[in-house]
Amino acid sequence: MSADTATNGLVFEARGITKVYHMGEVEVHALRGVDLTLGAREFVVFLGPSGSGKSTLLNILGGLDTPTSGHVLYHGRDLTEADEGELTLYRRRHVGFVFQFYNLIPSLTARENVALVTEIVEDPMPPEEALRLVGLGARLDHFPAQLSGGEQQRVAIARAIAKRPAVLLCDEPTGALDISTGIVVLEAIARANQELGTCTAVITHNAAIAAMADRVIRLSDGHVASVEANATKRSPGELQW
Amino acid sequence: MVRVAPLDRKLLRDLVEMKGQALAIASVVAAGVAMFVTYHSNFDSLRRTQGAYYERYRFADVFASLKRAPQRLEERIADIPGVAQVDLRVVADVTLDVEGYDEPATGRLISVPAEGRPRLNEVFLRQGRWIEPGRPDEVVVSEAFANAHHLVPGGRLAALINGRRRELQVVGLGLSPEYVYIIPPGELIPDDRRFGILYMERRALGAAFDMEGGFNDVSLSLVPGASAEEAIARLDRVLQPYGGRGAVPRRLQISHWTLDNELAQLQSFGILVPAIFLGVAAFLLNVAMTRALAIQRPQIAALKALGYSNREIGWHYVKWSLVIAFAGALVGIGGGAWLGRGMIAIYNGFFRFPILLYRLSASVAVNASLVALAAGAVGALLAVRRAVRIPPAEAMRPEPPARYRTSFVESRGLRLTHATRMVLRNVERQPARALATVVGISFAVGILLFGFVFLDAMELLAEVQFSLVQRQDVTVSFVEPASSRALHEVASLPGVMAVEPVRTVAVRLRHGHRHRTLALSGMPARPQLSRIVDLEGRAVSLPPEGLMMSRILGQVLGVTPGDEVVVEVLEGARPVRAVKVVGLVDDYMGVAAWMEIGALHRMLREAQTLSGAQMMVDPRALDALYRRLKALPRVAGVAVTQAARDAFRRIMAQNFEIITIFNVSFAVIIAFGVVYNSARISLSERSRELASLRVLGFTIAEISLILLGELALLTLLSVVPGLLVGWGLSLFVLRSFSSEVYRIPLVVTSANVAWSILTVVAAATVSGLAVRRKLDRLDLVAVLKTRE
Ligand SMILES: Nc1ncnc2c1ncn2[C@@H]1O[C@H](COP(=O)(O)OP(=O)(O)OP(=O)(O)O)[C@@H](O)[C@H]1O
Ligand SMILES: [Mg+2]
Repeated sequence: MSADTATNGLVFEARGITKVYHMGEVEVHALRGVDLTLGAREFVVFLGPSGSGKSTLLNILGGLDTPTSGHVLYHGRDLTEADEGELTLYRRRHVGFVFQFYNLIPSLTARENVALVTEIVEDPMPPEEALRLVGLGARLDHFPAQLSGGEQQRVAIARAIAKRPAVLLCDEPTGALDISTGIVVLEAIARANQELGTCTAVITHNAAIAAMADRVIRLSDGHVASVEANATKRSPGELQW
Repeated sequence: MVRVAPLDRKLLRDLVEMKGQALAIASVVAAGVAMFVTYHSNFDSLRRTQGAYYERYRFADVFASLKRAPQRLEERIADIPGVAQVDLRVVADVTLDVEGYDEPATGRLISVPAEGRPRLNEVFLRQGRWIEPGRPDEVVVSEAFANAHHLVPGGRLAALINGRRRELQVVGLGLSPEYVYIIPPGELIPDDRRFGILYMERRALGAAFDMEGGFNDVSLSLVPGASAEEAIARLDRVLQPYGGRGAVPRRLQISHWTLDNELAQLQSFGILVPAIFLGVAAFLLNVAMTRALAIQRPQIAALKALGYSNREIGWHYVKWSLVIAFAGALVGIGGGAWLGRGMIAIYNGFFRFPILLYRLSASVAVNASLVALAAGAVGALLAVRRAVRIPPAEAMRPEPPARYRTSFVESRGLRLTHATRMVLRNVERQPARALATVVGISFAVGILLFGFVFLDAMELLAEVQFSLVQRQDVTVSFVEPASSRALHEVASLPGVMAVEPVRTVAVRLRHGHRHRTLALSGMPARPQLSRIVDLEGRAVSLPPEGLMMSRILGQVLGVTPGDEVVVEVLEGARPVRAVKVVGLVDDYMGVAAWMEIGALHRMLREAQTLSGAQMMVDPRALDALYRRLKALPRVAGVAVTQAARDAFRRIMAQNFEIITIFNVSFAVIIAFGVVYNSARISLSERSRELASLRVLGFTIAEISLILLGELALLTLLSVVPGLLVGWGLSLFVLRSFSSEVYRIPLVVTSANVAWSILTVVAAATVSGLAVRRKLDRLDLVAVLKTRE
């Protein structure tokens, strides 16, 4: 797939997004006017130094946060005009999240953590199937504390894809993992992107991961510094760390 | 298999995880619910029983006594508007002689028809049979008195009726709505041995007391909606020429008044006590939930990201506390049913109903659960709202590290150890939680102090009554006011070392539109035996002229010293006089009025008449004296101070020990719950810190000091507020207990204070140590690995 895929089915269209945090007297400009588009079935990687605003941007796309100014259109609907209840529904129906620290519910087993999502959406995958997709078919009834970091992250991915989301947003999904586990996790994400056609955005510090994306968007100090389309997309197994 | 939603599974597992705390909080809830159920179910049971009894046994609405009136007055009484039924009776108090009982007892003879049943104040026959017509010696005896003397149908007892000793035959044991609470005339505490009710055939009683064709007692029932006040005013007018002593409404009838008073107390305790416990429980839940939600912050963020709404997440967490509250409520309802049954057993010793069964109605149980759930919801809601409101993107970021400051104490320039510094900073960083802990422990101290103060108050009341006020050994009252010769007769009875005359007269005191009917007592100016004693324990002497009255009566009539009141005498020639009130006495007893006996005689324009006498008796001669008194025709009643004191002791021993056990256990539950909860939260917050210290080489003893030091500090801080709570609680309860019959003194002794503090400190120490044991098992590696 190439960059011009974006034009034949826009999922997100962000225009002039800013985000300012007020910390007492100090104003922190996390985003200073970001414009971007994400297409259906597209796989985008965000790169950028720490503090450049990647998480802030992803949270805004996912309806976890609202920008200070600017607009985010999701399939033409303006998320910045949605209220709390509409954002909740948007997250529930369309978005799958994967966090850097997994954020599993420690008192629920892998299967139950996935079921947490499949309970509340229409037409989900069975939790068991989602877990098989990420290679954890044999660990259904294990609690997070009984799983390794990589396995926990894969449960988080299963939890995100089980609802067959339209978008999958991953904030440093491999941040806490070693190379080989990281690859397994990335394979799970890539598979969701290919097999379910999910529009996928992944934040990472690891430039090598960029090679598996359709496009790489670099942020710096709250701006989009550059956008590159990958001519050849690598599979996770071929990545050079 | 039952399908349980994943969130509910999470709920259950989270609860199991915090089971210690959940248990501690649930027990406080349980204690509150148990008290709620105990009080309200007893209220219910008593109220129901009272209502049914009054209705089926036709308890009268108005009561009057008079000297003597002819039977034909019945028509005029029945014509009073609003009157439904009239019952005319002969009632007389006599001295009884029961085999095996040395002291003379007092019996109240009440006439009943031999054929048919009383129109009002019907008698429930527990055992035996009704009296037969034409058998003047047959009596039905009140059950309590019969039981106290092991009298059964077929038994006998002797009565001194109008100067003649008569052998009476017990044919039945009975009860009446008029005497649910039976108290000897002029006394404070029931004593079933010394006072009994005897139902006797009308004609027999009429003949004995010159009441053939006459009566000296009236009961009325009123049609629904009729005004008792109006009926009383008219009845008084009808009875006035016949020596009417002023009718009283049911409200002031002694048995009914006592029962109603008890019901009112049950009701107010049923609100106050559960409110304290459930308030503390709500506080605890709030603190525990706040902490649990802080730990679960990342989970809340995840749930939000997954598309759960604030409402769903909030409800999930509110359910936590509802489950705890509901579990507490279930245990509390069970416990309350058990305690309630016990309390009914106590009431069965005080109140005489044909049957007083314990009944825990569904509505009491449901209300108790609702109240507990409401407390749980309130406790959780504030914590949950705060946590759920955090925007998801922010909740995703780990909570900022706690902000500590140098503590207030340090800023005073004091040099402290590291441990002390950590303790102080932690307390100051969490003022809300520290406050909750202090409030909780304060209530534990307060409840205990109140319990002890209450017991002491009863003791003091008895002490004042039996050592300062009633210094006489024996009191006799005469059938009719007697001349001064009677005093000499009494003085010459065996063993009598001193006597003092008493002249009591039924009067109605009026001041403006307020009035009160009572017995006015004439006594020597400086009585040595039966005295008037004020709250400071000083004997009050009576001035040569004018009226003295208790402050309570002063309030009832709205008079201050110097005011004049109208004294309507309700006996003899029934003079009406204006008398100046010369002083109000702050005493422990309720409504009372006194005059110097000479002044009273002058007011009544009578010679040196007396209606009874107080005596001091050589204890060795008591038996001889009793034997004589039982045969003295003049004597209507004999009161023995020692017997009353013993009755009081019996009641105290039976009931108040149970109350103390309750108080102590409940206070301990609160103290334990509060301290344990607080300690567990500290431990959860600081286990990383404490584990790090262990890794750095601190001993368990040293880190325990940091954890427990905080609790010790908070416990100490609770002492003074706790004593204030106890004091306030005591003041409130004793005020509500005080009535027109007596006032309860509030005295806080240092022993009470010490016991309250020590008990709570002990409970706090035990729960602190229970948490301390967890420090031994602190898993250093695991704690350092977990991310908060
Ligand atoms: N809730 C907040 N309050 C104040 N400042 C915030 C908040 N969230 C983010 N920021 C600030 O906004 C800026 C962008 O933060 P963001 O988390 O988006 O960075 P990032 O690119 O994801 O960094 P990293 O790679 O370290 O995760 C940072 O300077 C951060 O300190
Ligand atoms: Mg980030």
